[in-house]
Amino acid sequence: MVEFALPKNSKITGGKTWPKPAGATDVREFRVYRWNPDDGKNPSVDTYYVDTHDCGPMVLDGLIWIKNHIDPSLTFRRSCREGVCGSCAMNIDGQNTLACTRSMHDVKDGAVKINPLPHQPVVKDLVPDLTNFYAQYASVEPWLKTTSPTPQKEWRQSHEDREKLDGLYECILCACCSTSCPSYWWNSDRYLGPAALLQANRWVSDSRDEATGERLDNLEDPFRLYRCHTIMNCAKACPKGLNPAEAIAELKLKMVERQI
Amino acid sequence: MSTADTPKRSMRTPLGRVRNLGAAHSGTSDFWRQRLTAVAMVLLMIPVLVIIMMLLGRNQAGAKQILGSLPVAIIMLLFIIASAWHMKIGMQVVIEDYVHNEKLKLVSIMANNFFSIAVALASIYAILQLSSGV
Repeated sequence: MVEFALPKNSKITGGKTWPKPAGATDVREFRVYRWNPDDGKNPSVDTYYVDTHDCGPMVLDGLIWIKNHIDPSLTFRRSCREGVCGSCAMNIDGQNTLACTRSMHDVKDGAVKINPLPHQPVVKDLVPDLTNFYAQYASVEPWLKTTSPTPQKEWRQSHEDREKLDGLYECILCACCSTSCPSYWWNSDRYLGPAALLQANRWVSDSRDEATGERLDNLEDPFRLYRCHTIMNCAKACPKGLNPAEAIAELKLKMVERQI
Repeated sequence: MSTADTPKRSMRTPLGRVRNLGAAHSGTSDFWRQRLTAVAMVLLMIPVLVIIMMLLGRNQAGAKQILGSLPVAIIMLLFIIASAWHMKIGMQVVIEDYVHNEKLKLVSIMANNFFSIAVALASIYAILQLSSGV
């Protein structure tokens, strides 16, 4: 059966409370998930106090401040710090989002609670192992596939056809949607998940692609595609405002369309 | 994740694991039938409720009289087929979602099929018997 409880070695126990920064007049409490693969201990939640006068407004600014001023061992991914790279995806105050675009002032009710993306193996602290997620993306073969001779200049596309890719091409593969999906939690070994399916629909919807049927063949599976039960957590979680559930519904429609 | 193929025990590449046995090339018919039976049940719900209200408080002879009418019997039979089919597909989805042990999954899906068919046939038999007045 599905494991609804955390395994014994994943249960959160205790945690260290770090001292408040000396002389700070305005501090914000951060409760951050910690796990070190090397010490053999269970995960814990450490409490930090960030001097908000000495730090930027975003949650990522707070984490960087903690790393620079309090605890250099705190581990997380980050790169662009402007919502383009998708590296700093994590669960903030119960919602998967990008730490760089979520203001710490938008987190109400006291402490800013930060956990790694749910239901993924943890590499360390806030870094999830997304190997399976990236392999699922690779499995939809996200590139233009054509048989016709390559045109001398470019593959042409009308404005109307190009518009069909809006809402799909903007995906940054941060994994916020897939890791918010209960169906993906239970069946991520066989269900491709919202992100990979949105990307699949991006290529299925591309007028220049000549492998549409082949792509749909590869998706037509009770697990790969039809584990989506329109829960819509993906659309709620997406930090780019995309709607993976709608993209999956479009795929299902195309599956029916080619049968009736 | 099947036990033989967990990342810990397998040396397959991540892409190999994702591709696994390939696409089943099925699922669309179940998806379509689930919607078809849902729409059928919505359309049949009101006539079925009216028939049940008419049957309330009547004895067997009275029930036979109502169900003896061909349109009434057909509405009831259609409702039984649609709901049993919908129930079978819905339960199968739940089993596939939550039962990960392959053997238990196989047995559960078999039992679900048997149960749905048995419920449908028993109900159809009851309607036919009542409507034909046997």
